[in-house]
Amino acid sequence: MRLAILASRVRVEEKLLVDALRQRAVAFDIIDDGDLLLDLAQADDRWQQYDAVLCRSLSQSRALAVMYVLEHWGIPVYNPAATTATCNDKLLTTLALLHAHVPVPRTMLAFAAETAVQGIETLGYPAVLKPVTGSWGRLLARVNDRDAAEAVLEHQETLGSYQHHIHYIQQYISKPQRDIRAFVIGDRTVCAIYRTSEHWVTNTARGAVASNCPVTPELDQLCVRAAQAVGGGILAIDLLEDPEQGLLVNEINATMEFRNSIAPTGVDIPNVMLDYVLSNVREEVLQ
Amino acid sequence: MVVQNAAHCPECDAEVSLQDVLVGEIVYCPDCNAELEVLNVEQPEVALAPQVAEDWGE
Repeated sequence: MRLAILASRVRVEEKLLVDALRQRAVAFDIIDDGDLLLDLAQADDRWQQYDAVLCRSLSQSRALAVMYVLEHWGIPVYNPAATTATCNDKLLTTLALLHAHVPVPRTMLAFAAETAVQGIETLGYPAVLKPVTGSWGRLLARVNDRDAAEAVLEHQETLGSYQHHIHYIQQYISKPQRDIRAFVIGDRTVCAIYRTSEHWVTNTARGAVASNCPVTPELDQLCVRAAQAVGGGILAIDLLEDPEQGLLVNEINATMEFRNSIAPTGVDIPNVMLDYVLSNVREEVLQ
Repeated sequence: MVVQNAAHCPECDAEVSLQDVLVGEIVYCPDCNAELEVLNVEQPEVALAPQVAEDWGE
């Protein structure tokens, strides 16, 4: 068996995966997504040697393109391209969750500043504007009044790319200075953390502090449903605790970071990821 | 002092140790603190790390 890890950079997460693979004596290569030249008609010898490819790219656009090609060649990828495509796009994620009746914050979509303001005021202030693509809490805006809404929308329409002209407007959830990140691998929620911050954006990339969040049956079932809604695999589910609506699924990440979640949860996340990938690969080999 | 398995920082030419690192890993120049990407370990080579791109994320 031989695996490939597709990466843009080798971060703490990739080093932990490398250590775990070495401990298991599983052969692997790290492939830099920036170096690739892919002949689309067929996989070359290099790619044919891999039983599976674990995508850990930072570049979401490169990663998705490579996943599509590898699947076309018949090489198993984690996560599947369709799952990754859905998770990379907040609109597609929300639609998939709604389709599966998973509770989400009320969300509106608009394509012009005037209608976006109407949407914001339908939800009420404060409301949250997000780019449909993007990560690590970048370019999120909580707008508290019409002046702020008009200013942010004007900036998006003047300075942003066409993607920033798709106005994804989300109900602001008055959460208790924290959100929940739950890790779903396969068909179970393996662990979860609270991400606590005085700032309303609670990404650990923005300085939020991680602590253990008990995985209750309610949390497990909701997160597994959310993961299945986007196609399943190795996923990080972000949830908000609404005082009235209960748990709401906010976003889902297909190439999750986990360095800050191992110590507080006591769960060896990279090894659980590899258990999942390797058992699936063995099943495919047996078939 | 000679640093074992060292590359040279493209920003300030300081020696940067590449002990126990992998290609693709990010290291920091001990002199100027530039963020450097490891390009080669056997023949030590680093380059200034690329800026975070808009499509980078989880």
